[in-house]
Amino acid sequence: MKRILIFVLLILGLAALEAPGARAQGDSVTVIQNATILTVTRGTIENGSILIRNGRIAAVGKNVRVPQGATVIDATGQYVSPGIIDAHSHIAVDGGVNEGSIAVSSMVGIEEVLDPDDINLYRDLAGGVTTANVLHGSANPIGGKNAVIKLRWGKDAKGLLFEGAKPGIKFALGENPKRSNFTPPPGVPRRYPATRMGVMDVIRQAFTEAREYRKQWQQYRERVAAGKKNVLAPRRDLKLDTLVEILEGQRLVHAHCYRADEILQLIRLAEEFGFKITTFQHVLEGYKVAKEIAAHGAGASTFSDWWAYKVEAYDATPYNAALMTQKGVVVSINSDSAEEARHLNQEAAKTMKFGGLSETEALKLVTLNPAIQLQIADRVGSIEVGKDADLVIYDKHPLSVYSVPQMVLIDGLVYFDLKLDILQRAEIEKEKKALQEKEKKKDEKKEEKKEEKKPEEKKPETKPASGAASREEETR
Amino acid sequence: MRTGKNLRVEFTFALALGALVAAPLAAQKAPAVIAIRGAKIHTLAGAPIENGTVLLRGERIAAVGADVEIPVGAQVIDATGLEVYPGLFDSISRLGLTEIGAVSATVDTNELGSYNPQLLAATGVHPASEHIPVARANGITHAVSAPGSGGGGFFGGFSGPVIPGQASLIHLTGWTIEEMLIRPSVGMILNWPSIQTRTFDFSTFEFREKPFTEAKKEYEERVGELEDWLEAAKHYAQAEAKGSKDRFERDLKLEALAKVLRGELPLLVMANSARDIKNAIEFVEKHKLKMILAGGAEAWKVKDLLKQENIPVILRPTQALPGEEDEAYDKPFTNAGELDAAGVKIAFATFDSADSRTLPYEAANAVPYGLPRDEALKGITRYPAEILGVGNQLGTIEAGKVANLIVTDGDPLEITTQVRHLFIKGQPTSTDNRHQQLYEKYRARP
Repeated sequence: MKRILIFVLLILGLAALEAPGARAQGDSVTVIQNATILTVTRGTIENGSILIRNGRIAAVGKNVRVPQGATVIDATGQYVSPGIIDAHSHIAVDGGVNEGSIAVSSMVGIEEVLDPDDINLYRDLAGGVTTANVLHGSANPIGGKNAVIKLRWGKDAKGLLFEGAKPGIKFALGENPKRSNFTPPPGVPRRYPATRMGVMDVIRQAFTEAREYRKQWQQYRERVAAGKKNVLAPRRDLKLDTLVEILEGQRLVHAHCYRADEILQLIRLAEEFGFKITTFQHVLEGYKVAKEIAAHGAGASTFSDWWAYKVEAYDATPYNAALMTQKGVVVSINSDSAEEARHLNQEAAKTMKFGGLSETEALKLVTLNPAIQLQIADRVGSIEVGKDADLVIYDKHPLSVYSVPQMVLIDGLVYFDLKLDILQRAEIEKEKKALQEKEKKKDEKKEEKKEEKKPEEKKPETKPASGAASREEETR
Repeated sequence: MRTGKNLRVEFTFALALGALVAAPLAAQKAPAVIAIRGAKIHTLAGAPIENGTVLLRGERIAAVGADVEIPVGAQVIDATGLEVYPGLFDSISRLGLTEIGAVSATVDTNELGSYNPQLLAATGVHPASEHIPVARANGITHAVSAPGSGGGGFFGGFSGPVIPGQASLIHLTGWTIEEMLIRPSVGMILNWPSIQTRTFDFSTFEFREKPFTEAKKEYEERVGELEDWLEAAKHYAQAEAKGSKDRFERDLKLEALAKVLRGELPLLVMANSARDIKNAIEFVEKHKLKMILAGGAEAWKVKDLLKQENIPVILRPTQALPGEEDEAYDKPFTNAGELDAAGVKIAFATFDSADSRTLPYEAANAVPYGLPRDEALKGITRYPAEILGVGNQLGTIEAGKVANLIVTDGDPLEITTQVRHLFIKGQPTSTDNRHQQLYEKYRARP
C-alpha cells in the first residue's frame, strides 16, 4: 500500500516535471525576472534577472535581455539565492548508515546504497537544498565513502550523483567511534577502540598499513615498467585502496569530531602522514582551536545551536560558526538531519544573532562555503555566470524566519514548485482514497470467502515511523 | 495562587514598616520601582502602545500606557526605539530536569514504573542548570518543566510511563526552587497509550513489527490499567470527601490522582496520532476530566472535535517531518494555522531543555503557513498562560500581573532579533550564560 502511494507520487511528480515549458531540458532557455538576487559573491542585485541556458547561468544583472522563446519566471517582490548545500546529510540512504561492525570500514560506500525514492529528498528539496554531502555514520574511526548528490527528485540513483565531485570519506573521533554511548546487543562483544587513545591508534595503524601497501604497489609498478618479467602483483586490498587515495590527495576526508584536543590530534596525525583533513564535521569545539584548523587549511562544518546531548557537546556554543569564521576558517552549517535540512537558511541566520556575522557571511555558510569545502565551488554555491543554475526563489529574504521557498531549480530545471505541489495534493488524496477503496473491496471479498472458515480478523495497520530519531543518535 | 496574595500582604507590610522605622531600613524594604520608557509596548491585551511606559513595582506591573507618570526615585530604563513584549513561555519543557542527554546521572526526566502520579517535576529541577540562563537569553522567562517522555517524540514512538508525574511552572531565575516556583503543579501528565505496531528496540537498534491484533491487545490492557487506577482514585476521593480517610492508609498516588478526578488538576494528555487523540478524548469524556492535549501532530485531523470539546492544544515543535510518507511536506507547519482557524486555542512548546531557546521559531515557522503572526506570538505568551490556568498572573502586560517581560530590538519571532533587557518578577535579570562566556573566553585567545 505504502509503496503504491509512493509510486503514485512519483508518477505525478514526473508528469508535472515534464509538462510545462520551463521543465524541458536540452537547449532550453529560462529567465527569472524582477527578483532581488543574492549572488553571495557579487552583492545583491535589486530588480534583477537571471538568464539560464542549458542548465547553466548565462547572465545575471539588471539589464538581461529575454531571448525569444525563453520561459519567463516572474519573481517580482521575491528573492533568489544560490541553492542550499548541506555539507552533512544522511538522506537517500537505503538502510543503516553505519557499517559499525569493524573499526575501519573504508571499503564500503554510500553510492552503492543510494535510495532515490526516499521522500526526504523531496522534503529537503522543498526547503531549498539542492546539493547534499551524504555521509557514512560515525561509528568508526575510519568510516565509509560518501556520495555528493544533487536532489534531483524523480531521477534514479545514478541521476542523483553530482557528476565530477571529488570522492570523500568519513572519519570519526570521540564518543561515537569509541562507542561510549551505545550498549552492544546481548552476546556481542565490545569493539576496539574504546578510548580516544585507541581511536587515534586505529587511524595510525591503518595509514601505516596503507603506506606499506602503497610502497608495494609502487615497487611492483616500477619493476613492471623496468620490463622485469614474472613479477607478482601485491594482493588487492579494497580497504587500503581507499586509504591510498587519501594519501595521494584523491579523496577528501570529512572528520566527525567534537573536542578541541581530538581535533588537534587528528591534524597532527594527518600531517605526519602527509595528507589533509578536508573538513571537520560538527566540530563543536572548533572555536577553541580555530587558529590550528585555519593553519591546516581544513574547513569546519558545524551545527547552528545544538548542544548538551552528550558530554563532548557540552562546550558547544551557537557562536562557534561566527568565531571560527572570524578566525579565518571556511565554515559551513550543516543539518545531519532530514528535518534540520529543511530550514538551513534559518540556521544560518542564527550566526548573525550569535557572533554578529553579516548577511552575506551568514548566507555563505549554507551556499558558497560548503561548495568550497566539497571542492565544487566552480559549479555551485553562488549566482555567477557559468555556474550551474541551482537556485531557490523565496517569497521573503531567506534569512528571515518567515521566508518560504516558492521554487527550487537544479541545473536550470524546476524540481520544486510550491504552487504545483499544492495543486497536486487534491489529486494525490483522490488517488489514495481510490486505492484504499480498492483494497477494502478486495478485503471484503476475501472476508466473504473466508467467512465460514475463520473468525473475523482485523487487517494489520501500518504506520510508517521514520527512523530519523534513531539515526540521528547514531550520527551526530 | 499563593504567591500573589502573600506578595500583596508583604507589600503592605513593607510599606507600613517603611513609614514607621528608620529611613535606611525602609530604603532596603521598599519595593524597587523601575520605569521602562520610550518603547513600543506590545501588551497583547490590546493594541500596541507607541512610545509608552511600563512601570514595575516589586514583582508586579504597576502601570502601563502612553501617559504613565514616572515616580521620583524610580530606576529609569530608556528603551527608545526598542519594543517590550511579555516574557516568552515554554509551555512544556524539560528545563532543570536534564543536563547532558547521554549521561543518565544528569537526567531526571523519567522515573521507573508506569504510574507515578505523586511525582512533581519541581522536586527534581536543578536551579543551577546551565540550560536555564541559555533559554533566558533568548527571552524565555518562565516555563513548564514536565517529567516523562511523549509528545516530542515521533508519534509517541517511545513506550514511556503512562503517568510519569505532575508538571511544574517555574520562573527561569532563582537561587532555589522555592524562589523559582510559580505553581508546583499545573497538570498531570498522561502519556496516552498508543496502538503501536512498530516499535524501536534500543538494544538492537532496529524496528520491530508486531501484528495489529497483538498491539491492540496491549493497548487495551494499558487502558484497562488506567481505568483501574482511576477507579481506585474515585473510591479514595469519595472516602476523602466523607472524611473517612483516617479509616484506611494514606496513599500518595491515589491522593494525587484524586485531584484530577475532582477537576483541580487538568490532564496534560500526550498524544499525536488522530486515533490516539480521539481515544483520549473519549476517555476523558467518560470520566469527566479536564484535558489539555499535548503533542498533537495530527490534531488538524480532529480540529472540529477539539473545538467542540473545547480542548486546547500545546503543540509539539513545528520544525518536524511529516508523519506519513504521502503527507504534504509542509503538514507540520500548517497544523497550527488550521487549528487556529478552527477556533482551537493553541500554544507552542519545545518539549526540550537545551533547545528551549528555539521556542520563538516553533511559533514563527507556523506563520507563513496560515497562522496569523499575532496568534503565533500569543501562542508563546498569553495562550499558554490561559491554557494552564495562570492567565490572571502571566501572559500579557497589564497592571497587576507578574512583571515577566522582555525588551527587544525587534520582532521576537525573528531569528536576528536580540533581547536587550529581561525582567523576571520585576527584577532586571541577566542574559549572560555559558555560551556567551565560552565565546568571550575563546574570542580572547591570542
